[in-house]
Amino acid sequence: MSFYLRRVAFYLVTLWAAISLNFLLPRLLPGDPAAIMLGKLRRASGGRPLSEETIEAITSILGAGKDMSLWDQYVAYWGRLLQGDLGVSSTRYPASVADLIAAALPWTIILVGVATVISFLLGIVIGAWVGWRRGTWLDHLVPVTTVFQSIPYFWLALVLVAVFSVQLGLFPIVGGYDVFEFPAGPELSWAFIGSAVYHAILPATTIVLSSVGGWLLGMRNMMVSTMSEDYVVTAEAKGLTPRRVRTKYASRNAAIPSLAGFGIALGFVVAGSIVMEQVFSYPGIGKLMIQAVQGLDYALMQGVFLVITLTVLAANFFMDLIYGFIDPRVRHNG
Amino acid sequence: MDDSQPTLDRATDDSGYATGDDAPFQSPVSAEAVRETNREATATAAIAAARATRGGRFRHVLPSRSGKLVAGVVIVGLITLFGIFGPMIAQPPRDSSNEALQPPSAEHWLGTTKLGYDVFSQLAWGTQGSLFIGLVAGIVALLLAVIFGVFAGYFGGVLDEVLTLFTNIVLVIPGLPVVMVIAAYVQNAEGLGPLARSSLLVALVLGITGWAGSAVVLRAQARSLRTREYVAAARVAGEKPGRIIFVEILPNLVPLLAAQFIFGVIFAVLGEAGLSYLGLGPTGSITLGTMLNDAQTGQAVGTGAWWWFVPPGLVIAALGAGLALINFAIDEVVNPKLRLAPENAKRQRRAAKAGRGVADTGAFA
Repeated sequence: MSFYLRRVAFYLVTLWAAISLNFLLPRLLPGDPAAIMLGKLRRASGGRPLSEETIEAITSILGAGKDMSLWDQYVAYWGRLLQGDLGVSSTRYPASVADLIAAALPWTIILVGVATVISFLLGIVIGAWVGWRRGTWLDHLVPVTTVFQSIPYFWLALVLVAVFSVQLGLFPIVGGYDVFEFPAGPELSWAFIGSAVYHAILPATTIVLSSVGGWLLGMRNMMVSTMSEDYVVTAEAKGLTPRRVRTKYASRNAAIPSLAGFGIALGFVVAGSIVMEQVFSYPGIGKLMIQAVQGLDYALMQGVFLVITLTVLAANFFMDLIYGFIDPRVRHNG
Repeated sequence: MDDSQPTLDRATDDSGYATGDDAPFQSPVSAEAVRETNREATATAAIAAARATRGGRFRHVLPSRSGKLVAGVVIVGLITLFGIFGPMIAQPPRDSSNEALQPPSAEHWLGTTKLGYDVFSQLAWGTQGSLFIGLVAGIVALLLAVIFGVFAGYFGGVLDEVLTLFTNIVLVIPGLPVVMVIAAYVQNAEGLGPLARSSLLVALVLGITGWAGSAVVLRAQARSLRTREYVAAARVAGEKPGRIIFVEILPNLVPLLAAQFIFGVIFAVLGEAGLSYLGLGPTGSITLGTMLNDAQTGQAVGTGAWWWFVPPGLVIAALGAGLALINFAIDEVVNPKLRLAPENAKRQRRAAKAGRGVADTGAFA
């Protein structure tokens, strides 16, 4: 059980660190983001004076200057955060940051989640096969995957849009669903889901193409290493069928490091898809982040950053629990 | 091979195709063993023959796929040369006297942008800018990785716990959002002057956020090295920890350091491209990312001006692939299994095909 305790403790510390980083960044870096943000809000509200409540929300998120000690600010920040209050957006005034994030988050989670799982499974299966057939022409496929890995997500997205949407007209150019067909926004109907899936094909393809190489390469290399382990030789010597040796003995053990590295790779996928969402104008969290950064909407930016971090942490935590279940050794050697 | 089974192997090596007809019978061995030796001899001979046909007896010592290394070095070398000398021969990158949005022609090899800039010239300057950022960020990241990885791995104890905890925290917090947030604050701060949106600052931010993965790898290796006897001997001889790290440990980490540095450069070049594409890149200088940003704002995709946005991406992809190929070759030196196992499998398959008594099905065929 101490494995799980250690993991929970680690993620609690990381959670605290991430939130504190979120608190410290606007305060320690040069500049006065709170003043900029309040100015933007005043303009967004049409010159009317802002309410006490709004000003307090902004100063507790972005820094209150010299009037308050850093510690008092920290306490106030936590208090606000625990109420789920992330302030008001200036680019989409008067929408609250929390509402904007709640609307955008499902798009990214579903898109990135599904694409990552597809890419992971593809990479593991193909990687295991290429590793099994080591020493054949398949080995030459491996360097090719590194090319795909080195392509920036957003550039691949640009090329896909240029070819499949602009030239061939097969897929929509922008958006997460057909805004003309569903002007009222997302709804729960088969027609809407179909439209969303249709719009998600190119973004998902981008993620899969860009990330599958990493999984494939890692799995292939582990497979090659595993195949020279004694227990694989033993399994072969026992006269087990090659299929059984491949699936039950080699692949299973070779896949463990890929699972362990899942969380870290996820960080890259998230980073890549943030930029990619800009290309497709996908209504997800990345687009929101970019909007916030470009419009100097610091409250929205801080909120989105926090939510991205928390989501990645949650995914990592989940993978760690699964990992402890799959590979009992880490539970005992902790 | 010779060390583990001296007698058997030497006998077979000497006899070669002579299948040991005379030598084994002088000693009292059973017929069974003779048949075994024969098989061994044929297999060894087959391997030797295969080796001989594939160019020299040292072939198996060198990285077998040095083709990867050569390809990687050539690609990276060409791009580096282009980045260094390209700007000298190309026209000024912001010369807007050309006609706008021209497709590639003899006059403008890669066409022109919406503002009439020559894309080839932009590409040369952009390559230089991106390489600079990649190098600086790679060095910064490597230094931090050595501090957090090697020091933690070597000293162990509480220091290790603290450094590793910090490394792991940085590792799980997604990098690009942090970079975006930092860039958004720093670039709009007053008082930083021209530094605020310089490529040096972008490189520093990318370096500071990109070291954690390398630190984990280096720590694991340093932990294993510190238990080696020569390190213990240095410690007993009274050498100071700093000297042990720099003289005994780091030289043994050189392949890993090189690999991690290359990763750092790839990460930084890709990161810079993403940042600049979003409009958070350096404003003063041209990079491959700022070119893509210009193409985005200039509607290059919608208007079909492929010559504007395809070349910068291709250079990034080629640079990344070239660096990855070099890393590949390094990987095969560090982890010999990656090199030897496919070779052995290939040899065995060839021997099986020639009908030399090796099983031709199963995991090892």
